[in-house]
Amino acid sequence: MTSTALSAYRAPELRLPRLLAGVSYYHPTGLAEHERLYGPLPLPAVSPHRERAWREQPKRLIEIVERSGLTGRGGAGFPAGRKMLSVAARPGGAVVVANGAESEPASCKDRLLLTRAPHLVLDGITLAAYAVGADEAHLVVHGSEDELLDSLEDAAADRETLGVDPVPIQITGLPGRYVSSEQSSIVQYLNGGPAKPTFSPPRPHERGVRGRPTLVNNVETLAHLALIARYGDGWFRGIGPPAEPGSALVTVGGAVHRPGVYEIEMGTPISHVVTQAGGPTERLQAVLAGGYFGAWLPADLAWPVPMTHPDLRAVGGAMGAGMLIALPISSCALAETARVVSYLAEESAAQCGPCMFGLPALADTLIELAYHGGWGKTVKAIATLLPLIEQRGACRHPDGVTQLVRSALTTFAADARWHDQHGPCYGVSRAPLLPVPADEEREWGWT
Amino acid sequence: MPGVSYRLRVNPIVCTGHGLCAELLPEVIELDPWGYPILRSSIVPASVVDHARRAVDACPTLALLMDEVTGPSGLMEEITDPPG
Amino acid sequence: MSALFHGPALWYATRATGLVTLLLLTASVLLGLLTSGRFGGVRWPRFLTVGLHRNLSLLVLVFLALHVGTTVIDTFVSIPLTAAFIPFASSYKPFWLGLGAVALDLLIALVVTSLIRNRLGLRAWRWVHWAAYVCWPVALAHGLGIGTDRKTLWVFALTIACAAAVAGTVTWRFVSTARAGAR
Repeated sequence: MTSTALSAYRAPELRLPRLLAGVSYYHPTGLAEHERLYGPLPLPAVSPHRERAWREQPKRLIEIVERSGLTGRGGAGFPAGRKMLSVAARPGGAVVVANGAESEPASCKDRLLLTRAPHLVLDGITLAAYAVGADEAHLVVHGSEDELLDSLEDAAADRETLGVDPVPIQITGLPGRYVSSEQSSIVQYLNGGPAKPTFSPPRPHERGVRGRPTLVNNVETLAHLALIARYGDGWFRGIGPPAEPGSALVTVGGAVHRPGVYEIEMGTPISHVVTQAGGPTERLQAVLAGGYFGAWLPADLAWPVPMTHPDLRAVGGAMGAGMLIALPISSCALAETARVVSYLAEESAAQCGPCMFGLPALADTLIELAYHGGWGKTVKAIATLLPLIEQRGACRHPDGVTQLVRSALTTFAADARWHDQHGPCYGVSRAPLLPVPADEEREWGWT
Repeated sequence: MPGVSYRLRVNPIVCTGHGLCAELLPEVIELDPWGYPILRSSIVPASVVDHARRAVDACPTLALLMDEVTGPSGLMEEITDPPG
Repeated sequence: MSALFHGPALWYATRATGLVTLLLLTASVLLGLLTSGRFGGVRWPRFLTVGLHRNLSLLVLVFLALHVGTTVIDTFVSIPLTAAFIPFASSYKPFWLGLGAVALDLLIALVVTSLIRNRLGLRAWRWVHWAAYVCWPVALAHGLGIGTDRKTLWVFALTIACAAAVAGTVTWRFVSTARAGAR
């Protein structure tokens, strides 16, 4: 099939892996190894004689990205090309921000990319900067991850010695709060404020870092961009369904034999992904798809569902940033959900009343239901609280929590009724499965 | 002014739940159990536009916002507005 | 007519309007503190508090204009109009009168910024509004220091009562916000 790229590199023959090709368990892929695997960065050289043609190239790259059908891998699944276009279309110098601040406890795909294939991400940042005409580029990660910061600094230093990136990439450490990885939090932090979400409008692509149009992309999205620029849109579309092509990194956890990060074709059914992770360790009752802002799906319903954003949404689930947690029948889903909601309530930025007061109230009610029983009234209390919290904050934090709780009450309706009438089930004493950071590991600051 | 309608929004970060808006515009705004405003509808009924303006002026933190709404679709948000 | 300008009538008017201004200003400050301290339960008429605060502040301006006017017109002591706005520019008791001018200037800033609050934006408005904590004690000091009614017991008592009311309410406001913040 015809494939337009920025370079004439021969595309790899294997369908998978793409991003994880050549990833070593022991050390990050160095710059030389990276270029041997994928070819050098396909950035057109600046030729003063063909300046007009060179100025057309960024537009070409955006077209290639649009045709490739790449969607954001940070959770929202928004078309990457369209996002780049909306930033490039605005006057003034743009800013590119790579979001590597993976605050979802159940996800480690971004960490894997940044520690083992950093040059893919750094290539992606440079290409994105080129495409939208940015003269400023940032890579944002959690500041507490010293090892990660060190390895990224090393990778950036290697590139600087060789002058690979025309726009220097500034690596910044962010506070490790859950909502700090939101787009607007990152922009506010880079502007010198706390890493808390801001009220929009204006959105980052309109006015972001220092008031300039800012492109914020997940690091995995940028890694895909690095390969699309080399091998073309046709190559990217070679796997996965036409509506949402390509590959994606998925973190599989819970009751599976081999939890970890896997690279899958978009549209792979959930059952295949779970099998790849070694299959369930016990019989499963449900799957949490999309992380803590995702949704619970009953196991039977979940098995055939292809992993794409629209397919998961169609069954009341979510893709999020590609996470699957397998819940066995021996666990109590309500107890797990209650623990997670307590954690998320503590992670509120406490800027908006409904979130600041509503989430703790929701968490307390869920804990009552899961661990103490409800006297027949708790499910109704939860149902009354939910509409008071949804859509009433400045960011998606309260909405993510209410979506999780709603899906729990739907998927585990029978359990909820039972708990409400009779009290806790045996599953509450099972060791917790859904990861929640321990208090000692958690940061409490915003700057 | 005929033909123009107005839309109310609350900036939830700036809002600290003083509750004046609900006092001045009970037709549109009521308070949740924690004292924060719930907008029953985002479009302001024409009969209370002046009261809405008064509520906007009275808000101690300027959290209540009123914008003019133009065009047949009524909303000025870009269709290409990326989320989050 | 000349008796009006030469006799003690204007002097009484100056003192009276000055005292009323202080009382109104105190009431306004108290209402402002109640608003920002979030006084009152569900049934407390919040807009009444805010509305009164606003209207009383405007009334303060009216009485202040009368207070300044009667002072300037009074020929017993020569105080030019400029002394009302430029601190320490008068020859009569320059320090204590100057305090009055400071309070007046601050009050004008407070009222003007409040009237254009929507256009000014919250941060600028709030920054200027902190000046209220300076304006009121300066006005009080002007009243006490200017010495005209220091010996009159009821005036003195009224002034102390205003001071006590404001001190108590300021304490309440900051303690209750601190308690709410610690929650």
